[in-house]
Amino acid sequence: MAIHGNTHGEVAHHSSSIKPYIVIIATLFVLTVITVVVAQFDFGNWNIVVAMLVASVKATLVALYFMHLKHEDLSTWIYAIVPIFLLAIMLAGILIDNPYRTKVSPVKPRVVMSQGG
Amino acid sequence: MSSSVTSIDEDPTGPPHVHHMDSATAYSAAKFGMWLFLATEVLLFAVMFTSFALFRWMYLDEFHQASKMLDWKLGALNTSVLLLSSFTAALAVDAAQKGNNKGVVRNILITVVCGFGFLIIKGIEYSAKYQHHLFPGQEEYLKHNTFFGLYFCMTGVHALHVVIGMAILTYYALIPAMRGRFSSRYYTPVELGALYWHLVDLIWIYLFPLLYLVG
Repeated sequence: MAIHGNTHGEVAHHSSSIKPYIVIIATLFVLTVITVVVAQFDFGNWNIVVAMLVASVKATLVALYFMHLKHEDLSTWIYAIVPIFLLAIMLAGILIDNPYRTKVSPVKPRVVMSQGG
Repeated sequence: MSSSVTSIDEDPTGPPHVHHMDSATAYSAAKFGMWLFLATEVLLFAVMFTSFALFRWMYLDEFHQASKMLDWKLGALNTSVLLLSSFTAALAVDAAQKGNNKGVVRNILITVVCGFGFLIIKGIEYSAKYQHHLFPGQEEYLKHNTFFGLYFCMTGVHALHVVIGMAILTYYALIPAMRGRFSSRYYTPVELGALYWHLVDLIWIYLFPLLYLVG
């Protein structure tokens, strides 16, 4: 079921079937239903973990099959993955920093002191 | 315009009437450039997603409360509309690769109509927020401004992308396809337009659960 993005010049030999796209879109709809159903229950912190995992599976399917990333070369894969990596660094840095921030922040103690005095 | 000599190295986004094929190099360079652009787009949204993560952590209860004010059913409907539009955009590329211009027209039309549908539903949601005084500047908004500030910012920038995507698909894919410009040798604009559209869908895949479901 290869959809060759690079077959140019020569007669491209494409599959006449759109079946793989139908399988992917059906899977995406099923995953959307799963996301909505899971959100109706309260699993505490696990809700967002499950929601983000399911969203990532959906995003991966869209990228691999709809955007044909599956058939792209390494350099395209690097462009696809680097922004996610950068987002991860930014998220990790900010979220690790945040819990310690109030303890060393000069702003909050001053408020406490002014209330005390 | 009457020139019969056309250069193969011309800008692939140039006038379609001078193009009947696209060299393999121009094709892969154009597609590579699109992926690079999409990477910068992900980074644009990455900033907003990071802000959301940080403020959600800091004001978890407020976010839960504010998130419940959104209608998840409309959000889910919009998710379905956008997924469907992504599916037809992929089918349009498939049709273009086979030189089936009618297939491109049909599928891009469905995609663009879905884009309109998405914007209409989003408009209904925005007007409901306005009626409940949750629009920026209104009194209820100030009670939930962290969540709704991010909500309007993220969905607003996303909606702008939907509008731009519709314009790109109409101008670079729909109109040339109506004139029968695409063939198995030349379908770059359809593919690049569809790539952009898929990114718009991809962003919404994350926005929907974050804003509407888990808050």
